[in-house]
Amino acid sequence: MPSDGVHEPPFTPAGKAAYDSHKALYGYRNVPPSLSNDPRNHCDPLGFPRADLYQLRHTQIFQNPKKVVILYQYDKRYRVIWTDGRDFPKELPDDRWYGYSVGKWVDDTTFVVNTVGLLGEPRVWLDETGRPMSDQMKVEERFHRVNSNLMEITVTIEDPKFFTRPWVAMDKFPMKLQSDDYDVIEMLCAPSDMESYSKDFGDPASGIVKK
Amino acid sequence: MKTFLWVLLAGVVVSTPVFAHHGNAAFDAGKRLELAGTVTEWDWANPHCWLKFDVKDQSGKVVNWVVETSNAADMVERGWSKRTFKAGDQVTVTLEPVKSGQPVGRVISVLLPNGKTLGLNYVGQ
Repeated sequence: MPSDGVHEPPFTPAGKAAYDSHKALYGYRNVPPSLSNDPRNHCDPLGFPRADLYQLRHTQIFQNPKKVVILYQYDKRYRVIWTDGRDFPKELPDDRWYGYSVGKWVDDTTFVVNTVGLLGEPRVWLDETGRPMSDQMKVEERFHRVNSNLMEITVTIEDPKFFTRPWVAMDKFPMKLQSDDYDVIEMLCAPSDMESYSKDFGDPASGIVKK
Repeated sequence: MKTFLWVLLAGVVVSTPVFAHHGNAAFDAGKRLELAGTVTEWDWANPHCWLKFDVKDQSGKVVNWVVETSNAADMVERGWSKRTFKAGDQVTVTLEPVKSGQPVGRVISVLLPNGKTLGLNYVGQ
């Protein structure tokens, strides 16, 4: 969903308050680099579903009969999605940055993944525009293979604490098939690089001059 | 097992800002400067790479400019590398400056010592 001041998700008052406390680097309210309070400015993990909604770049997907594993290029993170027929455990493990995911094929070309047990405000944001998420967030991903070279991902979220109804955060995001010998370049958020970047570029670009 | 056997996919690149680390708030949108100078440092990193270069103004005063590009992985796909610059290289940088008045900005293109110009277009797309 674009952040243009027109398209807004259905915030609850708590959701709007959390959103308003975020100073994002993207969207119609974006601030200069060093004035943002985005958790990933310290190289904190993006968490999920932000991993889908921000910097979804080269993505490797592997499977065996028990699980599907997704490797994300951004910060070299991965997720495990159980496909062994299990449901969510009655007692979920402690909240995780990337949650607890269970997936199933609903037809020959559509894989649906549900995820719960996620961290929420203030440790993670939903997206780069500062939309918030709580620990009550539930996520449905639909991976639909349109043809042999194209897959589309749709992400629907539900979070009764921060949103009044479910909404589609990403609609049919296109992914194209790469050759299987493509060498994915690493892309890591290194705190020392981030510190140098802020000193050399972020601070002066934001009008902050340190003596 | 179902037909899902793909292993590697890439987000379809729609436009440059999609993969940038921050938005446009800091920049003087649309303004362009063309500055010739001497490279002092090329930092190949995340969340952005950045180039430092000395520019001498008409009075002879030297100002060290800092200009950013996208991140390293992204710049590889635009034909740049860690070895694109070395200290001492004479370059002409076209940049979009920030609004703060500091000598920083973001790269639009760079004319290299070998006469080649590097820009931000993706290679092979």
